[in-house]
Amino acid sequence: MVKKTKSLSLNFGPQHPAAHGVLRLILELDGEVVEKADPHIGLLHRGTEKLIEHKTYAQALPYFDRLDYVAPMNQEHAFALAAEKLLNIEVPIRAKYIRVIFCEIGRILSHILNVTTQALDVGALTPSLWGFEERETLMTFYERASGSRLHANYFRTGGVNQDIPLRLLEDIEKFCKSFPKIIDDLEGLLTDNRIFKQRNVEIGIVTKQEALDHSFSGVMLRGSGVPWDLRRSQPYEIYKDLDFKIPVGKNGDCYDRYLCRIEEMRESVKIILQCIEKIPKGPVKSIDGKISPPNRNDLKQSMEALIHHFKLFTEGYRVPKGDVYTSVEAPKGEFGVYLISDGSNKPYRCKIRAPGFSHLQAMDYLIRGHMLADVPAVLGSLDIVFGEVDR
Amino acid sequence: MITDNLQKLEKLINSELSSKVQNSSIKNGELLIEIDENNLIEAVQFLKSNEKCRFRQLVDIAGVDYPEEEKRFQLVYLFLSHENNNRIKLAIKFQSDQTIDSITKIFPSANWMEREVFDMYGIKFKNHPDLRRILTDYGFKGHPLRKDFPLTGFNEVRYSEKEKKVIYEPVKLEQNYRNFDFESPWEGTNYIKEIKNLGKDGKKN
Repeated sequence: MVKKTKSLSLNFGPQHPAAHGVLRLILELDGEVVEKADPHIGLLHRGTEKLIEHKTYAQALPYFDRLDYVAPMNQEHAFALAAEKLLNIEVPIRAKYIRVIFCEIGRILSHILNVTTQALDVGALTPSLWGFEERETLMTFYERASGSRLHANYFRTGGVNQDIPLRLLEDIEKFCKSFPKIIDDLEGLLTDNRIFKQRNVEIGIVTKQEALDHSFSGVMLRGSGVPWDLRRSQPYEIYKDLDFKIPVGKNGDCYDRYLCRIEEMRESVKIILQCIEKIPKGPVKSIDGKISPPNRNDLKQSMEALIHHFKLFTEGYRVPKGDVYTSVEAPKGEFGVYLISDGSNKPYRCKIRAPGFSHLQAMDYLIRGHMLADVPAVLGSLDIVFGEVDR
Repeated sequence: MITDNLQKLEKLINSELSSKVQNSSIKNGELLIEIDENNLIEAVQFLKSNEKCRFRQLVDIAGVDYPEEEKRFQLVYLFLSHENNNRIKLAIKFQSDQTIDSITKIFPSANWMEREVFDMYGIKFKNHPDLRRILTDYGFKGHPLRKDFPLTGFNEVRYSEKEKKVIYEPVKLEQNYRNFDFESPWEGTNYIKEIKNLGKDGKKN
């Protein structure tokens, strides 16, 4: 007698601690084996792109903090670069260094969160407690530079909002000296841990070809052995003067991606240290009065500065007609902004390319044939943040 | 250096796809190819498989709405070639009632990107395996990124204590959305007298 089996559909989320946000996943199960996964996204959709169309360029920037809220400044960077490309303005060299320092801090922030929560999903509690202490330190650096821990709104078209305060660099340097020890500790807990390996090795394997077909970028691509990093291949800012390595995985499974992230944190620390050593003195935003607001002193002395200030905070600046696509290597992959300007003070269209969107799309194919318990492991290694997936 | 490569690439595409290319330009160091919407599949296939192009990764699909033009919608496909370290933009323009060929057969990752375009602009794709809304709510009406869709939307959601469930209501704002026009009239308006003295760029000074 043949026993008839019926597949079971299971609703995973939208409120589930391992979903890393509001993901509703409809799983078709045959016993404990996943036959099909249908991610329902958009529960955090806030219409960022529509809102940006109604804001001036300066007002549009803070929306980027709210996309991938784990590494806010990396997103701001992409938009600032896009506007700068259209306006064709130069960024002072000191501002470039500051941007790179904070982008790398963002990368460490994001990777700590991802590595430790992925460990949490597969049963290890301690890494997240250790990691989050470091994140807190990093966020105080954000706060000292920009005034807020998460939604920094620090980058500007043409530079950064203000110069970093005294002794911040010294403290960042101190952190960079002590942080590798913390990475070692985290690795001590996870890298050779039997349970962690059992849950991650050979789970969610992505081959090179599949990674390309599914528009993967960042660690998802490098974990599968494709040596591609925008910081190296299409360098922006000062990355071409810096010495760093691009860690590349071999097997393309969750474990390799974890190793890549750990190595990237070490590289980021190196980059920050180099920047601190090399950073010159000078202005931190474009000297073009039509684009960057005047400083407080000038405002009280000079009529022209007052007019510029007034015009910049009401009308904003106009951006020449045209369209550009700029992308940065955000911690999660290639984060891009496709910006169309119609020559007015507001973007005509701003398409945001979020790496997580393509990664989550591949969920169905990644999880097919795996066990239900592997769903959180794969989801964790995709590095999903719903702020950017849903936009 | 980069523009050199792009110019070569532009020439190659122009000669290979010859009649299909409507317009091509390099601006801001980026190559934009405009083609007819009926040749989309062929052009994408060519870009992906040609030895010298090798655009094997689809980065994104961006919809754009130009309500006052006859060909209202534009789709911009962004491709990336890892081997040649190049990017290219492929653009098609078409009317609002037209159906566009889906490229999911060539690039599986186009699936969600096309769903997003469908959701946001209401552009339909032929041969798409699963054309559903993706980002908006279940049962949502309208296409939010069209320029004629209001910023505040139509419906809002709240939990009703009376009915003990989440309910939908028409948007009620304490104060209507105010859209101030801060654009400088001195630069924005061209007075009759000045228009005569204008240069080629159509702008004063």
